Amino acid sequence: MLSPVELAIAVPFLAAMVLAGAGRWLPRVVVDAVAMGATLAVTGLLGAVLWEAVRYGTVVVWVGGWRPHGGVSTGIPLVADPFATALALVVAVLTVAALLFSWRYFTEVQAVFHTLMLLFLGAMCAFALTGDLFDAFVFFELMSAVAYVLTGYRADEARSVHGGLNFGVVNSLAAYLSLTGIALLYGRTGELGFAAVGEQIRAAGGPDTGVRVAFALVCTGFLVKAAAVPFHFWLADAHAVAPTPVCVLFSGIMVELGVYAVARTYWTVLGGAEETTARALAVFGGTTMLLGGVMCLLQRHIKRLLAYSTVSHVGLLVTCVALARADALAGGAFYLIGHAGVKGALFVGAGALLNRFETVDEHELRGRGRDMRVTSCLFLLGGLALAGLPPGGMWLGKVLAEHAAPHGWWWLTVLGVLASGLTGGAVLRVWLRVFRGAGRRPAGQAGEREAGETAAPTPRVPWLMLAPGLLLLAGGLLVAVLLSGPEVLRGARTFTTGYAGTVLHGRPSLAHAGRLPELWTASALVKGLAGVTAALAVAALAVWGRRVPPAARARPVWSALHTLHSGHVGDYVAWLLAGIVLFTLLVIV
Amino acid sequence: MNAVRGLRLCLLAAGSLGFAVLFTLAVLDLPPFGGNFHPYGDRAVRASLLRGTPNTVSSVNFDQRSLDTLGEELILVASALGAVVLLRAVRREEEDEPARHHLGPADVFDALRVTGYPLLPVTVLVGVYIVAHGQLSPGGGFQGGVVLGTALHLLYLTGDYPALARIRPVPLFEVGETAAAAVFVVLALAFAGQVIASNVAVGVEVGCAFVLVLAKFFEQALLIRVPA
Amino acid sequence: MAWAAYLVAGWILLAGIYGIVTSRNLVHVVVCLSVAQSATYLLLLSVGFRQGATAPVFSDIRPGRRVVDPVVQAMTLTDVVVGATVTALLLALAVQVAKRRGTVDPDALRTLER
Repeated sequence: MLSPVELAIAVPFLAAMVLAGAGRWLPRVVVDAVAMGATLAVTGLLGAVLWEAVRYGTVVVWVGGWRPHGGVSTGIPLVADPFATALALVVAVLTVAALLFSWRYFTEVQAVFHTLMLLFLGAMCAFALTGDLFDAFVFFELMSAVAYVLTGYRADEARSVHGGLNFGVVNSLAAYLSLTGIALLYGRTGELGFAAVGEQIRAAGGPDTGVRVAFALVCTGFLVKAAAVPFHFWLADAHAVAPTPVCVLFSGIMVELGVYAVARTYWTVLGGAEETTARALAVFGGTTMLLGGVMCLLQRHIKRLLAYSTVSHVGLLVTCVALARADALAGGAFYLIGHAGVKGALFVGAGALLNRFETVDEHELRGRGRDMRVTSCLFLLGGLALAGLPPGGMWLGKVLAEHAAPHGWWWLTVLGVLASGLTGGAVLRVWLRVFRGAGRRPAGQAGEREAGETAAPTPRVPWLMLAPGLLLLAGGLLVAVLLSGPEVLRGARTFTTGYAGTVLHGRPSLAHAGRLPELWTASALVKGLAGVTAALAVAALAVWGRRVPPAARARPVWSALHTLHSGHVGDYVAWLLAGIVLFTLLVIV
Repeated sequence: MNAVRGLRLCLLAAGSLGFAVLFTLAVLDLPPFGGNFHPYGDRAVRASLLRGTPNTVSSVNFDQRSLDTLGEELILVASALGAVVLLRAVRREEEDEPARHHLGPADVFDALRVTGYPLLPVTVLVGVYIVAHGQLSPGGGFQGGVVLGTALHLLYLTGDYPALARIRPVPLFEVGETAAAAVFVVLALAFAGQVIASNVAVGVEVGCAFVLVLAKFFEQALLIRVPA
Repeated sequence: MAWAAYLVAGWILLAGIYGIVTSRNLVHVVVCLSVAQSATYLLLLSVGFRQGATAPVFSDIRPGRRVVDPVVQAMTLTDVVVGATVTALLLALAVQVAKRRGTVDPDALRTLER
């Protein structure tokens, strides 16, 4: 009898095979129903596993029954600790939302779209749950291969296939670098499990230079997935062209899984709390927060704008990992869930615009969304939530991260406000222009037309398309209220301590719960409002303050930034190589 | 644009140099080449012999680490689906019927034709052998599946594309591929250790997937035209 | 020269990356990616090598004979499949880029920014 953890992986894969084999004969409604049924089943299974993991401690399942004897095994463990399971659950919930959005309307080729979504769901769950380095690589590649296809899904759009190809080359190369790191770790320790590798390294007296280089290489693939600067180039190319329901998954969880994998590797292989690694991650995280925010504000293609905002927010998550403390990770968890909800909702809004007007160019759309009340609401609340409106998950996460930061990390507060202001401000600017018709008509060339994702444009956006947006937004805004803080903190403690003991020796894993700092304090609320104020100011300046001198003087900088994001795959790979070297140097020196 | 190109080459030079140094540092910390330190490998060999699988690589692939192989097979399915989506004829293009043309490599030698047809059954037989003996001797589902998948394409080499299209009904191969993959999902998770059955499932899946992927590329090359 | 095999893997990886960065043709980019990937085969297999050992197949040798590490061979096999399929996907994307943009030269492709 399979355990619920294994079933959560088997169900989406089996349903995907049914759809792939019989898809060309099944009516559309059956395809929709099978995909949705399988996803709901996975959601239920993962919910049950999460409940068990929170209540009784990490669930460890050895696939094929290859349990360890004397602390060694030849099999692969699935490790359902509260964090990993919660991430898998986020994947499942976002997939439900994405399938709702595409219900009936989304253009389908046989049943390939639904099959790919199910494969994507299963791959991400397996990637989150696996306790083995090489297995993580395999499911990373499955996740990536499906993602390339989904990105290029609208194959008659040149941008779509171009973006998909850039995504594919950069991510695959990064995965091979990860595999190089895994091979080096295997050579050193003779093991492949996260727990076993970590035990060997500790037994040999802790990490040395060789282990650190290998660790940095393993992290390369994950950091590329996480789109940390300078590995972020593929993300905007892919997000701008991928279909809306796919973007919900890309931005909401796939990118964040990269950060999760870095954290998992960091704690299991290096033991966490290494000064040099913390510095490396902080440098990359901070740069990512800033550059993502700036690039976000420079966009007029709404999906591309949202993509860069994801880059910026992932920067904060990387910084949470750099802080290497359980309370910072708890903050990261709140931030991740809040961001998944809000960003998913914003992409749903962008999809509604695309399907109605066949463009998501902010300038083209100016004032045309006046009668779209629900979509307008998504953008307004979404922008405010990105800026850190209390009680959203992103507000709470940022407050917790800043609270966990030691004294020398004042820059985190500054960058936090800047990133909130830039990303929230950019979305609020879109809201003002598109839904309020504010400001003058911007000069410049016309935007490119794109085909919608539905068979015909949808003048009245069906409620089934908007419902997932509203639900996700509500989830993202209420996460701080809905989730129990002490339980999240306990999950973070379980994540950071005792992994090898639980996996290899069956020791109980429940960490004690502890208390989060008091949340509803004046200073926390002020921090939230500072971000919101910054965002409002940025939006107002962008719409009405066209002649602000500093912005005009900086124009060469902006155009240089645009030029750097050239869409040239050679550039992306050159940056990738330089980025790895920099990251590795920071880790070992 | 030249500045961008210059920057690209500078990054490449600096990155390559740095990578070379760092990689060498990591390699110097590895145990020397050909050493005796393989704890996981030794355990895997013991476990494989205890389970009665002489080909230890097959045992690792289909028994001890069957989850890896599961992921690998699903990547193959995903890429076959990807070929369907990415290489479909889009609005601006139209598809010709294969029977309307004589399609194949231009001007095939008679010698090629004479050897191509008889080689087909032989190649299929070799493929089946490699799949069936995967737990005993080097080979297995994947290697045999590739041989099976490419065997059919001998017909293309003999210049007979319509014949290839006839013995390659795409929906049937799709069903075969996905059914085999589904069987393997169940085997890998619930019945690990069925090395022979796993080999067969993987062999069928790989063979079908290769035929499907190649079919889409053939269509692109031979049948799909942008109307003038 | 005990480390030569490992260093060759690094060299192949860099050669592949050089090819991708300087390439003028997307098909060439995809092939260079395969070159870079073949470095991982070499590295894995050399990590698993054992002096004087034979293939880890016990149908015609008796148990106890020195064999090379079967785990890396299994990993390499998986890696090969992954590489082949990803290459197929990327080539499919390259075909479509060629059709939609009319070129496979990365320098001639328009930026996606804006």
